[in-house]
Amino acid sequence: MKFIDEYRDAEAAKRFAAALRHITSRPWTIMEVCGGQTHAIVRFGVDELLPKEVTLVHGPGCPVCVTPVELIEKAIEIASRPDVIFCSFGDMLRVPGLSKDLLSVKADGGDVRIVYSPLDALATAQENPSRQVVFFAVGFETTAPANAMAVFQAFRQGIGNFSLLVSHVLVPPAMEAILSSPSNRVQGFLAAGHVCTVMGYSEYEPIARKYRVPIVVTGFEPLDILQGICMTVRQLEEGRAQVENQYSRAVNRNGNRQAQELIREIFEVTPRKWRGVGEIPSSGLGLRPKYAAWDAERRFGLADRIVEEATVCISGSVLRGEKKPHECPAFGAACTPEHPLGATMVSTEGACAAYYRYRRIQMRHTHAPEHQS
Amino acid sequence: MTSEETPHFHCPLPIDEYTHVLLAHGGGGRLMHRLIEGLFLPMFHNPTLATRHDGALLECGDRKLAFTTDSYVVRPLFFPGGDIGTLAVNGTVNDLAMCGAHPLCLSSGFILEEGFSVASLRRIVQSMSQAAREAGVQLVTGDTKVVDRGKGDGVYINTAGIGVVMADRLIAPASVEPGDAILLSGDIGRHGIAIMAVREGLAFETTIESDCAPLAAPVLALLKARIEVHCLRDLTRGGLASALVEIAEAAQLHIGVRESAIPVREDVRGACEILGFDPLYVANEGRFVAFVAWRDAERALSLLLSHPLCAGAALIGSVGTEPQGLVTMRSSIGAERIVDMLSGEQLPRIC
Repeated sequence: MKFIDEYRDAEAAKRFAAALRHITSRPWTIMEVCGGQTHAIVRFGVDELLPKEVTLVHGPGCPVCVTPVELIEKAIEIASRPDVIFCSFGDMLRVPGLSKDLLSVKADGGDVRIVYSPLDALATAQENPSRQVVFFAVGFETTAPANAMAVFQAFRQGIGNFSLLVSHVLVPPAMEAILSSPSNRVQGFLAAGHVCTVMGYSEYEPIARKYRVPIVVTGFEPLDILQGICMTVRQLEEGRAQVENQYSRAVNRNGNRQAQELIREIFEVTPRKWRGVGEIPSSGLGLRPKYAAWDAERRFGLADRIVEEATVCISGSVLRGEKKPHECPAFGAACTPEHPLGATMVSTEGACAAYYRYRRIQMRHTHAPEHQS
Repeated sequence: MTSEETPHFHCPLPIDEYTHVLLAHGGGGRLMHRLIEGLFLPMFHNPTLATRHDGALLECGDRKLAFTTDSYVVRPLFFPGGDIGTLAVNGTVNDLAMCGAHPLCLSSGFILEEGFSVASLRRIVQSMSQAAREAGVQLVTGDTKVVDRGKGDGVYINTAGIGVVMADRLIAPASVEPGDAILLSGDIGRHGIAIMAVREGLAFETTIESDCAPLAAPVLALLKARIEVHCLRDLTRGGLASALVEIAEAAQLHIGVRESAIPVREDVRGACEILGFDPLYVANEGRFVAFVAWRDAERALSLLLSHPLCAGAALIGSVGTEPQGLVTMRSSIGAERIVDMLSGEQLPRIC
């Protein structure tokens, strides 16, 4: 298929791998920020082609994984109301709250629907004027423009039975949180290509300078990722710390200005809780006071609800790139995709789920002795 | 050295057991398997059921009969390439074919919802009649019930079927041997994407039609040519991946396949890329895998290729011994990965 097969070519992959081996002289640890990249790395086995000096760690860029359980609990409470049609992207439905997930709410009679776009949820609101339609607005900068558009349209058309349960997060503050942690071991980043199609990459330049860390905006196909790693390693080997753009077929420095304006019109920057990381200041988006009428937390009186979470798994360390999924004692035993202990096991983009699905052979071979001790 | 102590992570307690049935319990993945293994198998316990085949194999004088049943609850009822009626006939015919049986006759039970259009019912029954003719079976007995408005989805159909087993040896995962060749009867993913496109109102440049078809003829052709067939499995819910994983687990052998050898049509691949689906897990209704002795592989492949329903057939891999019970796939960039069964339904990803 055009625009896909070119980026999955085995011969080209071998050439990139050889080039990477050639330029790598010592160990480097690189984080891919986005869950989509983690998924591609394990699905295609990209990391098997890397020289042993290069370690990939998986970042916090999976929106399902970092949505705090507090928001999941609010979603469950809202979705359980008989007057509500609760709309969500598919993979949020399996994320466990304290005692159940949205799929269970659906099985119990709640009207929970999978949609592909917040605008579909808005259309549902127009078709069901006597019911409240709530869209679970999760994600990074990538999904923010469409969510902003839904609110903008609802505002313009005066659609009062529509609202957003907002859990929007931003990439740059998460990267700073990782870099400023005393236990950080990340030396270079593959920045998330799709986030940058919206935001551009100028906002990463101060981070690269401040923390002396190379950041390469990278795409999602296997060859994109291999090339992104090559560019990062080259910078590290040469002692440079710049923002470079591997994904130039989709990303430019300034991003999509119209989308950014729309985001700024609807949302303001707020502190956000990240599952596994805790609250990071100025790391998320919330609706501006002008659009508060479309805020589901206010509409259903849940704004002050605080949910404390039990500590079971190491997903926080996994999300910060400090640990690999299989280093968790619960991995593959107490924690599986059917019964996830942590969100990183829930989403197909989550590092633990990706490891579980694709990586148990190596684990069986290399980690069996550790489990016995 | 940095402290290994982990700060307070925000992780929920596990959900130990679902107390209610989820849609995923019918999705063909792990939850459904758990339901079968934890409830149905122990309760109905008997040697025929314990073989866990697509159909039951019953001795009847000097002949062996295959007996199977399936229920059809598809939404939408009509989709490009077929409707619930075509599915209800072909699905049961295919379950018989996968036992190496020549399908003879079917029963048909209708559960109709009050208010359902008789014109639609007529269309469905016409499809069933035509599908039965094409598959060479007769619908010989049936039942009709009507439920209150709002208690059904228009129409549900159950069919059961009986066939005569034509294979000399047991066709089942237990017969799979190391060294066997794995043949796939055509391109995958069409049915699931066709249904998804209609259900979700997704418009693609071309209409993707379901691959729904009766598979008895190509299977019987293999048996007639005395191909040493060890196992057959039609790919339905859960797709190619789930079928292979089930067989690898049941046979306790390793299945290795090559991604580049698995045919997927361009439009189906495109739709999967957009939705974040893996075609390996997308449903089919007219495709099967055949595990045959390696020495017969080429002959079997050319037999399949000569059949109009299997024009896209391909040799996709082989059976080995280690790692036991696992399916692995060589990816398009040349690395090896595990193919696992999905836990529930494939859910569209966020971005």
